[in-house]
Amino acid sequence: MGALQALGRFTLGFIGRTGRLVLFAGSGVAHCVRPPFYWRNIVRQLIEIGYFSLPVVGLTAIFTGMVLALQSYTGFARFSAEGAVAKVVAISITRELGPVLAGLMVAGRIGAAMAAEIGTMRVTEQIDALTTLSTNPKKYLVAPRLIAGIIVLPLLVLVANVIGIFGGYLVSVFKLGFNPATYLQSTVAALTTEDVVSGLVKAAVFGFLITLMGCYHGYHSKGGAQGVGRATTNAVVSASILILCFDYILTELFFAK
Amino acid sequence: MTQAAPPKIRIRGLKKSFGTKTVLAGVDLDIYPGESVVVIGGSGTGKSVLLKCILGLLEADGGSIEIDGEEVVGLRGRRREEINRSCGMLFQGSALFDSLPVLENVAFGLLARKEIDRKEADATALRTLAQVGLDASVAGHFPSQLSGGMQKRVALARALATSPNIIFFDEPTTGLDPIMADIINNLIVKTTRDLGATALSITHDMASARKIAHRIAMLYQGRIIWAGAVAEIDDVDDARVNQFIHGRAEGPIQMTVEV
Repeated sequence: MGALQALGRFTLGFIGRTGRLVLFAGSGVAHCVRPPFYWRNIVRQLIEIGYFSLPVVGLTAIFTGMVLALQSYTGFARFSAEGAVAKVVAISITRELGPVLAGLMVAGRIGAAMAAEIGTMRVTEQIDALTTLSTNPKKYLVAPRLIAGIIVLPLLVLVANVIGIFGGYLVSVFKLGFNPATYLQSTVAALTTEDVVSGLVKAAVFGFLITLMGCYHGYHSKGGAQGVGRATTNAVVSASILILCFDYILTELFFAK
Repeated sequence: MTQAAPPKIRIRGLKKSFGTKTVLAGVDLDIYPGESVVVIGGSGTGKSVLLKCILGLLEADGGSIEIDGEEVVGLRGRRREEINRSCGMLFQGSALFDSLPVLENVAFGLLARKEIDRKEADATALRTLAQVGLDASVAGHFPSQLSGGMQKRVALARALATSPNIIFFDEPTTGLDPIMADIINNLIVKTTRDLGATALSITHDMASARKIAHRIAMLYQGRIIWAGAVAEIDDVDDARVNQFIHGRAEGPIQMTVEV
């Protein structure tokens, strides 16, 4: 009976939490499309999420590209298929590694910062103060972050794709002795519009998920500094899991035949 | 202030619980136009919850709150925002926006109404800062650069900037030294009188309550157990009120101290 009760409590709790998240997401999206728009907040978030994430995303991309080239080369050498390195690097980066790794890095950097900022605003009553000053907190705090996340993640991934492929080029040309022109030709020939677009769509979805989780956990934080710390951890963990989960779903939608 | 007029705020049977813990168990209170009422009570007796229910920050479980005759329990959306526009609130911890400088904090409510442009809002904000004894030199500072007393003054300026006709003060002197507390009390009395506003404050600081109140009400175990003029409080024949105003550990009010 005890185990059944625990299972029932867990199930009800899970359904309740999911319902609250879906309602929060719906309300956030509704505020994204209904005026007024807080343009200054949107621009601030675009800079915060996009510009300030460039170094970490760039470094992740270049090393990923370099490792991918090296690993592909050593692996494919067993089957005398070294010529496929350029194609593997280009397709892996654009379809998969660019959006997923950029998403995970931004989730760590931005999801945590958002949850901490909004969580602190919650526990110091700044969110209540917004309401008393005739300002809808979701419109003022959540909508600009969602809009910025959806816009800026694809741009970041575009940059990550270029840097990642460049990383693969560096290792292939200067370490593995590939011909530069042949490598670039193979890269261009391997890429299709679908590869790039699917990666950018994934990035937009990940941008939404990262900002949604940051806002949701921050908005509902309670219990002072400990509560804010918990919100920050939950934001990063849940965003990371959702990124991997939606990555599979989107890959299935785009490429499963 | 006049008690002949209908109450500005009328509260009847207000109830609020959190899980199994009942915080407000049927609060009845009238606040008349131009009057300053202070609700006193120990920590955790639901004073802040009462204010938050009136402002719609918390949803009451039952009972009625009327502002200018209009029922506000369950009111949401645009009408709730319109009613909140006639109110100002000074939060216990000031609740200034960290990311905005002082001037933008004070002008925030004015700009949210979209009735005036930024230039006019900034001018009004500077005038309001002067009313609370702060000059233009602090306008560009961020809240974290100010002392607790100055933050309280900025928060008071923010609450007053929109010229509200009802102002709520949540523990306005908590955390301040006695001199700064008295300065804030004086500012509250002066500014609400100048505005002709109705004020509802909550505090457990009796010096503050005596200074800013026309009437005092005491909240205990979720109900108002006594309400009357400031001058009457020392003659009240209620052991709970007497224990509280004299700050005695012995008496009918027992605080649970968990070690």
